[in-house]
Amino acid sequence: MTLSRRELLSTFLGAPIAFAACRNGTMRRFPEGQIVGQSEALGHVLRENRTFEVPPDNWESKKVAIVGAGVAGLAAAWQLEREGFNDIVVLELEKTAGGTSLSSKGDPVGYPWAAHYLPVPFRENTELISLIEEMGLVEGRDAGGDIVVKEQYLCRDPEERVFYKGRWYDGLYLHVGESEDDKRQFVEFQRQIDHWVNWRDPAGRRAFVVPSVTCSNDAEVTALDKISFADWMHQHGLTSERLLWYCDYACRDDYGLKLDQTSAWAGLFYFCSRVRTSGVESQPFITFPEGNGRFVDHFLSRIGEHVRRSFMAVSIVPNDKGVDVICLNDGVVRGVHCEKIIFASPVFTAPYLIRGFRDDPPFAASEFQHNAWFVANLLLKDRPKQRFPKDFPMAWDNVLYESPSLGYVTATHQSGIDYGPTVLTYYYPMCHEEGGRTKLFNYEWRDLADVCLTDVARPHPDIYELTTRLDIMRWGHAMISPRPGFIHSGIREKAMKPYRNIHFAHTDLSGIALFEEAFYHGLRAAREVLTIETPRP
Amino acid sequence: MKSTPLLFLNVIIIATCGLIYELLAATVSSYVLGDSVTQFSLIIGVYLFAMGVGSYLSRFIDKNVAEKFVDIELAVAVIGGLSAPLLFLTFAYVSYFGMVLYTTVFIIGTLVGLEIPLLMRILQDKLDFKELVSRVLALDYVGALVASLLFPIFLVPQLGLNRTSLVFGMLNAGVGIWATWLLEPIISRRRLTILRVKGFVVIVVLTIALIKADSLTTLAEDGLFVDNIVYAKSSSYQRIVITRGRMGHSLFLNGNLQFSSFDEYRYHEALVHPAFAAYKGEPKRILVLGGGDGLALREILKYKSIESVDLVDLDPMMTELSRSLPALGELNQHSFNDPRVKVTNADAFVWLDRTDAEPFDIAIIDFPDPNNFALGKLYTTRFYNLLKPKLAPGAAVVVQCTSPLIARKSFWSVMKTLEASGFYVRPFQTTVPSFGIWGYALAKLEPFEIPQKPPPNIELRFLNDITFASMFEFSADTSKPSEELETNRLDNQALVRYYETEWRRVEQ
Repeated sequence: MTLSRRELLSTFLGAPIAFAACRNGTMRRFPEGQIVGQSEALGHVLRENRTFEVPPDNWESKKVAIVGAGVAGLAAAWQLEREGFNDIVVLELEKTAGGTSLSSKGDPVGYPWAAHYLPVPFRENTELISLIEEMGLVEGRDAGGDIVVKEQYLCRDPEERVFYKGRWYDGLYLHVGESEDDKRQFVEFQRQIDHWVNWRDPAGRRAFVVPSVTCSNDAEVTALDKISFADWMHQHGLTSERLLWYCDYACRDDYGLKLDQTSAWAGLFYFCSRVRTSGVESQPFITFPEGNGRFVDHFLSRIGEHVRRSFMAVSIVPNDKGVDVICLNDGVVRGVHCEKIIFASPVFTAPYLIRGFRDDPPFAASEFQHNAWFVANLLLKDRPKQRFPKDFPMAWDNVLYESPSLGYVTATHQSGIDYGPTVLTYYYPMCHEEGGRTKLFNYEWRDLADVCLTDVARPHPDIYELTTRLDIMRWGHAMISPRPGFIHSGIREKAMKPYRNIHFAHTDLSGIALFEEAFYHGLRAAREVLTIETPRP
Repeated sequence: MKSTPLLFLNVIIIATCGLIYELLAATVSSYVLGDSVTQFSLIIGVYLFAMGVGSYLSRFIDKNVAEKFVDIELAVAVIGGLSAPLLFLTFAYVSYFGMVLYTTVFIIGTLVGLEIPLLMRILQDKLDFKELVSRVLALDYVGALVASLLFPIFLVPQLGLNRTSLVFGMLNAGVGIWATWLLEPIISRRRLTILRVKGFVVIVVLTIALIKADSLTTLAEDGLFVDNIVYAKSSSYQRIVITRGRMGHSLFLNGNLQFSSFDEYRYHEALVHPAFAAYKGEPKRILVLGGGDGLALREILKYKSIESVDLVDLDPMMTELSRSLPALGELNQHSFNDPRVKVTNADAFVWLDRTDAEPFDIAIIDFPDPNNFALGKLYTTRFYNLLKPKLAPGAAVVVQCTSPLIARKSFWSVMKTLEASGFYVRPFQTTVPSFGIWGYALAKLEPFEIPQKPPPNIELRFLNDITFASMFEFSADTSKPSEELETNRLDNQALVRYYETEWRRVEQ
C-alpha cells in the first residue's frame, strides 16, 4: 500500500496528531522489530475449499477433540481432566496456545499480547473461583463469604492515568477542568449505573452479571440491546464531552467498538456487571505482568500434554459413529476419529470447517462479527522521563485522551519493579475504519510501528531512544462485536445447542469477549460432552 | 601611554580576582574534603608559593611586556574563571580531585604572580621607583581587602561558587581587553587586533560556561537550598544533592532532606539502638534496607557480636558516594569499608521477593518518606509479608515512618499496616531538630515488652536511660487518631495519599 506518512498517521491517529507529527519533521530512528504471531495466511487456507485426504496411517482415535486452544478450549480440557476424562486432544492452529490470552516471556517480566486482567469474580461464580483457588491466588474468605485474593495479584495502585493536553492526570475519567454541568452529568450517569446495579427481575436475577447467561432476560433489560450506547446516553441527556469520551473509551477497551457501534446492553454490562451493590467499589482486578497468559500457563500445566500445536483443523466431518477431524500439521494431513467435538474456535469459522453446515445451517454464523486490533509490545531499556513535576506518575494502564488507541499497559507495574527496563503493551482497536481488518493486514511493520511510536511519543518524546525492540501482533478477529441487536437476537442461544455431536464453546456465544465468558462456555461444553449420551450405531 | 591612573584601577581588579580564586579553591576543597583549617592553610600556602614562582619567572620575559601582560590576563581569566566549575566536575571522581585541585591552584598562582611584576615594569618609565612600589603594592592590598569582604558577604550567598568564579573570570578578561586600549601606544597594530580577538573569545567561552553552570547546579536548586551545594548529580533513580553550611553537611534526595550532619546522630541512634535493646541475645546477622548514607551502619557496627550486615540500597551512586566522599566517609566512620558489610544495590521490594539470604536477627528499615508510589510500596502489607520469612526467631525490626506530628495519619497508618501484616508494634518518636518530631516503629513477630534502656556498653551521644524510655511516650497531638485509618496495601497505596495531603499543608 502506498500511502504518505501523513495519510497513514491521519488514518490511525487523526489529522491533528498526524499534522503535528509530520510538521516536526524528520523521521526518527526506529527500533528493531517485526510482525509476530497469528498465522493469517494459514487461516485463509480454509477459504480455498481444498479437499484433504488423510493417509490411512495418520488416523488416531480420541473420545473428544477440542478445536482451538484459546481460553474456552483450554478451560474445556481442564474441566474434562478434572472430571477424570482424559481421552482428549486439543488442536491448535497456532504455534502457541492461548488465543487472545497470549503472552510472551521476557526480562525482567513477561508481557501480554491481548487480554491482561480478570476482575475478582463474585462468590456465586464458584467454578471460576475454583480455578483461581487452584492457582493459589486466594488468601481466604471475608466475613461475607467473598474470596480474598492475595495482595500481590490485585492490580497495584495507581491503576490508571490519562494524558490530556500535554499532562498526565490520576484516574481514567478526566476530572481536571470539569464544568458544573460535566459534574452534574457524571453524577447522573453514576445514578443510572447504580439503578442497574441494584435492579432485580421478579426471579431475583441481576440485569448485568458475569457469566452473562445468568443475566435477566426481562424485556426491560433486553430492550437495551436494541439501541446503541450512544443513543442511550442521548436519551438520558448525557452529552458531556468528557463523559462521552469515558464511555466511548470503555466500549473501545472492552469491545473494540465505538460508542455508537456498541449495544447499550453491552455498554451498561461493562459498567454494572462487576459492582456488587451501589456505593461499593467495582470488583478489583487480578493481573499479572504477562496478563492472562498466567491462566493459560496454568491450564497448560494441567492439560498441556493433550495440546497439539500447529494443528490446523481443516475439516470436521460429522458421521454416524461420531465426528472426524482432519488437520493440517506442517503440511502433513492427519485425522482424528472422535465421538464428540468441542468447537472452541471463533464461531464464524464453523461454515468453513464443518462439512454440511452450509447446506443446512443451524444458525447464521456470519452474524458473529469480529473487529480487528493491533497490539505492539515496546521493550524499553529505561523508563520515560517524567516531564513535569506535577504529572501523575506511571500507572498500570496509561490512557491517551486525544488518541483513538487505548494507550499502553506497563508490564513491570504489578511486580513492583519501578526502575530500569520495562515493557509497554500498546493497544489499538481498528474500530474507526470501515474494512479495518483488510486494511490492517495491508500495512507493514514499519507503518504500524510509526503509528504506535508517534502516538506514544506525544507523552514520551524520549520513546525513540528508550525502545530497544518493538514487535507487533495483528489480530484479525480479536473480539466479538456486541453491535445493537446482536446479543438478544436469539442467535446465540441457537449456537449454544450441539450440532451433530459438535458442541460450540467460545466467548463469541456470549456476544462479548471476556475471559469469564470463554471459561463459562468451555466448562458448559465439557459438561454437555460428559452428560449427553453419544448415539451408538 | 594614555591614562596611568586607570592602570592603577586595573591593579585593584587584578588583586581582587587573584584573591577570589584562592578563596574559591580553598572553599571548594574544604566543602569537599572537609577539615577547613588544613584546606585553607594548604591552599593559601601553595597559592602564595606559586605567586612567588610567577614573580621569579617574570624576569624571563624581556620583549613585548605589554602584550604578554594582556595574554596572562586572558589566561588567568580562563583558568581562574573555570576553576570552580572544573573542581565541581572533578569532584564526581573523587580520586583525581586532589591532583586537579593543587595543579589548578598552582597554575593560577603562577599566572597571578606574573601580573604585578609585569605591570610595574610597564609603569616603570612613568613614575619613579619609590612612587611605583608604594602605589602598586598599596592598591594590591586594597584589592585583597575588597575580595575578602565581598566573598563571604555577597558572592557566596548571592552568586554561589560556580557563578562567582565565572563572573570574576570575565572581569579578568575585561581587564585584559581594556588594557589593549590603555597600552595601545606600546603594542603593535597587528598584535593589538589578535589580542582583542582572543579577549573576545575568552569572554564568549566564559559566558557559555556561565549559562551551562546553571545546569550543573541549577539556579532553582541554589534557591532551594539555604547552604551551598557542594555536590549535585542525578543518578538513574534520584537527584542527589549535598550541601555544606555552617551547621555541616546535609544530604538531599529529590530535594528532601535525608540528614544534617549536626544532628543526624539523634536520628540514627533512635533508629538503630531500640531494635538491639529489644532483641534478646546477641544479634549476629543484620539487614539494612535503604540507609545508603551508611550512618545507620555506623551505629550498627558498634555491636561486637555482629557477624554480617547486609545493606540493600537502590542507588549505587549513593552507596559509592558514601564510601568515597571524605566528608561522608568521616561521618559514617568508613562503615562501608568494614569487611562485615555487604552492599547490594537493588529495589528492596524486588530483592526481598527474590533473595535466598538466610534469616536476619535485626532488620533496620530506613527508606525515604513515602512521597511517591515507588516508595509507597515499601510500606505495604505485601512488603512486610515479604520481610517476614527473612526474619529469624525473635528478630526485631525498626521502621522509620515520617513525622507523627506533621503526618499523623501517615505515621499511624504504617503502624496499622505492620499490625495487619502480623507484627506486634511499639511506636516511638524523638526530636531531630532538622526534621522535627520524628517517628519510628519497633516491631517483632511475637509479643514483647517495650525496652527500657539502651543496650549497655555502647557509646551514645544522644540516648540515655531517660530519653530512651521517653521515646515510647506520645503527646496528645501525635498519638493515635481516633478515626479509623486505612491499611497501606499495594492495591490502595493509602499511605502515599495520606502523606501527600498531610505534607502539602506545611510545604506551601
